[in-house]
Amino acid sequence: MSARSIFLALAVLPAAALAQGFAGLGTNADGFAIPQPDPQFVFPADHGPHPDFRIEWWYLTANLTGPDGTDYGLQWTLFRSALRAGTGDGWQSPQLWMGHAAVTTPDAHFVTERLARGGIGQAGVIADPFRAWIDDWQLSGASDWSDMTLSASGPSFAYDMTLTAEGPLVLNGADGYSVKSAEGLSSYYYSRPFLDISGTLTLLDRPVPVTGHAWIDREWSSQPLSQAQEGWDWFSLSFETGAHLMGYQMRQTGGSTYTTATWIEADGVATSYPDGAFDARPLDFTTIADRTVPTTWRVMLPERGVDVTVSALNEHAWMTTSIPYWEGPVSVSGSHSGKGYLEMTGYDGD
Amino acid sequence: MTVAGLQALLSHWRRNPWQLFTMIAGLAMATALWSGVQAINAEARASYDRAANALGQGQYAQIVGRDSAPLDQAQYISLRRAGWLVSPIVEGELDLEGERFRLTGIEPLTLPRGADAPAPLELSALAGFIAPNGEILVHPDDAGTLANTDHSFRPDPGQTRGTLTADIGLAQRLLKTDAITMLLVLPDQPLGQPPLSTIDPSLVLVEGQGQGDVARLTESFHLNLTAFGLLSFAVGIFIVYGAIGLAFEQRRPVFRTLRTLGLPLGRLLALLAVELTLFALAAGAIGIALGYIFAAALLPDVAATLRGLYSADVTDTLTLRPAWWLSGLAMALGGTAAAASGAFLRLNRLPLLASTQPRAWAADAQSSHRRMAIIAAFLGLVGALFAAFGSGLLAGFALLACLLIAAALALPLTLDLMLRLGSRLARGAVPQWFWADTRQQLPGLSMALMALLLAMAANIGVSTMVSSFRLTFTGWLDQRLASELYLNTTSPEEAALLTGYLEDKVEAILPIISIDTRIGDLPAEIFGVLDHATYRDNWKLLDAVPLVWDRLAAGDGVLVNEQLSRRENLSVGARLGHDTVLGVYGDYGNPAGQVVLGMDAFHARYPDVAALRYGLRTGVADPKAVADDLRRKFDLPPDALVDQARIKAVSLQVFERTFSVTAALNILTLSVAGFAILISLLTLATMRLPQLAPVWALGLTRARLAALELVRAVCLAAFTGLAAVPLGLGLAWVLLAIVNVQAFGWRLPMYLFPLDYLHLGGLTILAAFLAALWPALRLARTQPDALLKVFSNER
Amino acid sequence: MLQVENLTKSYATADGRTQVLDGVSFGMERGETLALTGESGSGKSTLLHLIGGLDRPDSGQISLNEKKMTGLDDRGRSALRRGTVGIIFQQFNLIPSLTVAANIAFHARLAGRHDPDWVERLTDRIGLTDQRDKYPEALSGGQQQRVAIARTLAARPKLVLADEPTGNLDEDNAEIILMLLLETAREAGTSVLMVTHSLNLAARLGRRLHLSHGRISA
Ligand SMILES: Nc1ncnc2c1ncn2[C@@H]1O[C@H](COP(=O)(O)OP(=O)(O)OP(=O)(O)O)[C@@H](O)[C@H]1O
Ligand SMILES: [Mg+2]
Repeated sequence: MSARSIFLALAVLPAAALAQGFAGLGTNADGFAIPQPDPQFVFPADHGPHPDFRIEWWYLTANLTGPDGTDYGLQWTLFRSALRAGTGDGWQSPQLWMGHAAVTTPDAHFVTERLARGGIGQAGVIADPFRAWIDDWQLSGASDWSDMTLSASGPSFAYDMTLTAEGPLVLNGADGYSVKSAEGLSSYYYSRPFLDISGTLTLLDRPVPVTGHAWIDREWSSQPLSQAQEGWDWFSLSFETGAHLMGYQMRQTGGSTYTTATWIEADGVATSYPDGAFDARPLDFTTIADRTVPTTWRVMLPERGVDVTVSALNEHAWMTTSIPYWEGPVSVSGSHSGKGYLEMTGYDGD
Repeated sequence: MTVAGLQALLSHWRRNPWQLFTMIAGLAMATALWSGVQAINAEARASYDRAANALGQGQYAQIVGRDSAPLDQAQYISLRRAGWLVSPIVEGELDLEGERFRLTGIEPLTLPRGADAPAPLELSALAGFIAPNGEILVHPDDAGTLANTDHSFRPDPGQTRGTLTADIGLAQRLLKTDAITMLLVLPDQPLGQPPLSTIDPSLVLVEGQGQGDVARLTESFHLNLTAFGLLSFAVGIFIVYGAIGLAFEQRRPVFRTLRTLGLPLGRLLALLAVELTLFALAAGAIGIALGYIFAAALLPDVAATLRGLYSADVTDTLTLRPAWWLSGLAMALGGTAAAASGAFLRLNRLPLLASTQPRAWAADAQSSHRRMAIIAAFLGLVGALFAAFGSGLLAGFALLACLLIAAALALPLTLDLMLRLGSRLARGAVPQWFWADTRQQLPGLSMALMALLLAMAANIGVSTMVSSFRLTFTGWLDQRLASELYLNTTSPEEAALLTGYLEDKVEAILPIISIDTRIGDLPAEIFGVLDHATYRDNWKLLDAVPLVWDRLAAGDGVLVNEQLSRRENLSVGARLGHDTVLGVYGDYGNPAGQVVLGMDAFHARYPDVAALRYGLRTGVADPKAVADDLRRKFDLPPDALVDQARIKAVSLQVFERTFSVTAALNILTLSVAGFAILISLLTLATMRLPQLAPVWALGLTRARLAALELVRAVCLAAFTGLAAVPLGLGLAWVLLAIVNVQAFGWRLPMYLFPLDYLHLGGLTILAAFLAALWPALRLARTQPDALLKVFSNER
Repeated sequence: MLQVENLTKSYATADGRTQVLDGVSFGMERGETLALTGESGSGKSTLLHLIGGLDRPDSGQISLNEKKMTGLDDRGRSALRRGTVGIIFQQFNLIPSLTVAANIAFHARLAGRHDPDWVERLTDRIGLTDQRDKYPEALSGGQQQRVAIARTLAARPKLVLADEPTGNLDEDNAEIILMLLLETAREAGTSVLMVTHSLNLAARLGRRLHLSHGRISA
């Protein structure tokens, strides 16, 4: 077992089997703070890290278009995972950091990963002015996230982007308190769905100017998974009408699901939906890395008249990170049309 | 038919268990020596890989400070922030429970994947490893020693003895530093990375060596061992050859009967091949087991050698690795095939109704001798070409191989000539018969005698080399360790205090000051020396300009050691960087290159380096009194002052251990050769009755015949020993003048040790005598009816 | 010259002891030629070996030239074989490492009676002068037996013991060899005791003894 996969077992990424093998991670907060209902977020401070919680992420996905109309997907994620609650100086810090960056084209998928210890300056997040970094990767800008720059690099790709905010922050769940299981496991969760993005992708030394639409998710928690949960399927969809839909289902042993959704009007007004309102069903599967992964979905939110087919831009958007998962751009057709991002975790081999 | 055929063939062994034993024993011995050597090599290589993986020696490029200055953490972060994927390593020595350990601090999250040294970390263990008082990985053998310290240790067979691995944070605390020794550079770097010099010009990128310095330095040592293993294997295969040949000869009636009964030749050959494969597998397995024992017994010495000679850490516990036991099995099968090929060819040519009378092994001995001699001459020529035009260690070994094989092949003809001379000079019926009969035995014995020749020559060659080395080495130690006392201090302040005190109590205080660096991508040391009579009087330079010491003191140039001079082709007058090479000195037992500067030049170049070690010339004062006084006055630990005698003793001990492996292999090889003779004689003994019975019937007593058999064995061994002396000396010359220069970087003068050779000769004759004794006694006790059967049985 | 009295010999076999000779007595005069016949397994070779000192009897006496053999040790019996008797077996008589000439001279030299002229004559007599430098392996069976005869007679033994010396040869060859043996023996005044199966050959000798059930039945 390599150091990386140990890290990932500790981190939030939902390899449920591993996580459950690691006694306590799924259910017990072990001296960590636990999300409480009715949060009162304070910005920009809450854009920064919360070291008393076990896990946290800054998660950016973007649908991009090149000059010739080619669609691209972009991912930039910084994970924080704590071995113990709190901070510490230098190598004593219990905080660990992990970055994932990816670019998806219709026929290629570039992935790279970085790991770092907290406390030594190699990685971290500062709220004001905002700066989230690991090694040479960085998401930084104004403390209100109005204007930011984004960069990452890997052995075969790199990108340099500029972001401009269009609409407000959206609090998911009940004012940002998001319940993830019937037992009440929860997280703090807010999104920034309205972001314009432009810049340059470098793919195998070939620069591609791109523009598009980005979405940032912020979430922190100490109890990532219930024991019965195997993984999740998460959708962030931007419709041509200007509305957005965030919905996910936690897949539970025995085949049942626990779903959550947020509908966001074009003007930023958001409505949360409880378990059962949102429905996602696989339509077609792709075999990747010895696993069968659904890459075409039927997604429904009947209360908003949503009944769409979501298909992967590149079915092979497999994240070959220490613990692998699927993450990539999708196109939407049916009752609504548009683009979006799909993340699927917990699809084990065998 | 197949089963019945196989049964008929196998029944032979039930009737001749001795022969079966011979074959299995020979093959097992050959395999044992081979796989034992391979096991040692595999273990050592695995240790290097482990070390290289953990420390990034070689496999990965490294970033180090100029002149080996340590790095600080900010430099690490600035590199990472600039997109350089590097992982920090801190190294140092740590005293725990009275023992000194080498502690390596790693950062598990950024460590390259292949360098995942602390592999046995369990899922839950990362948190335990990087915790403030995290677990320290330690070799299981050391775990006991450390059980009572405050740290928590995790036994890990992946560690080398005497080394510890911990998280970098913990390691820095234990080593009381916040510096980083070096950075490993990961193989896959991101796009758009700025050049190193623009980030931090004080850092140096050292390219990876692929195999690592240690592996490179020790390669020659392992090649040496392999060559020895191969030699022993060859000696063992001679035995197998004899046993198989005999078994085939004796079963010719069975073969004929089987053929007459309708077994096709192809099937017969296949059955025999199956039979031999079974034996080879069985013997191979036994051999591997023996080899394991053999290697386990020798490994501590090998490990000590490698530590002493190359500072390479090798565990001294053995693991069963497929690499060597598979190679052992393959060698057993291959060796059997080689040994059996001749017998198979003969069988293939055997007419169905050929006489079933056992004939002498090679009826056409004469022509086969001549053929072998021609091949020998050819090999001699090839060897001469290697000697003239070859370069490098492999050419040296190729030359050795040619020399040895040529000599072995030429042996039967040489002996035949000697024996012919003997019979020409012989007067009287019995002596004449003796010489003629000895000549007739030659084909049957020549394999064993060739084995003996090789074993003896190897013995003479290697012992000459080792003894020459010892003589040179002890002489050199006397020169180099001229100071009566050596003082070790822990800080420049302590050094100043102690040397200040000693100022008027000793004749001279000679700082031993050096820095580690790399020249031509290999480790090297730079020393500064005072201008003092100690050096002028004691250092024998192999080559130098006139007034070398004056010019060195004046900063005119540098001295280099022999290995650096050879490696980088630096003879006197050549330029090393901006310096002129003023002289070359012998420096035995040191793998690294050395450069010596005058003290002023050294200080000018490396102002920050201070001397912590000193040689003390006590002059008229009693060294022991000086040492005791200093110890008492400053309450110094025992290690702070070491006297000359102790250093010499330690150095010699390292030296002796270095060659204890060689010595053990030598003795084993010689024993195998002795065994080969015994086997051959026993084999021949069963075939000899028809040759001896007529002589007996004519009135020579069995006792007389047995005595003659003994004399014969001794004569043959003596002749072979005579031939082995020049061959062994040739071997020694190649070892000293070619192989050693390539392997260690220094050339040693060759000395002769005639008494040793006489001793060895006596030993060999004794071995031959003992080997012949049993067959001879059996002959003396042979019942008349056994001899009479010769005349009455249709064989 | 040869006196055999009450000789017994038995061998241990898987099913008890086999009595091979059970009180054999006979005598031979100087120059006499004697044929020993008997069924296969009747003990002819055994008797010959005892007389030649190659093996020891269980009981009984053998005297050669008035000298009792029974008391002799191995050394003494070896000396007897070197000097007084010559033995010719059915095959494999020759020393493979020596040439024909060396083989013929060998016994005589051991006996200290080497006479080059005599050897030359014998070699000539057996018709193998051309082959004198060959090794035994290069000779035919008949030629080898001729060499064996020459070698035995070269040493001028008092008594030649021949155990089916022509058993491996065809009749013509056997005839030639036998005549050679008898003639040269007569010239040298040597006694011959020959085992044979052939009554034809036996008839050529002076006297015949028949061995059956371990006894001489005349
Ligand atoms: N060494 C021995 N051990 C046991 N038995 C033996 C031995 N030598 C001979 N015999 C037995 O003694 C008996 C006589 O054997 P011997 O060779 O004297 O017979 P033979 O008359 O010469 O026969 P042939 O005419 O076949 O040569 C045989 O039954 C034989 O089996
Ligand atoms: Mg007989």
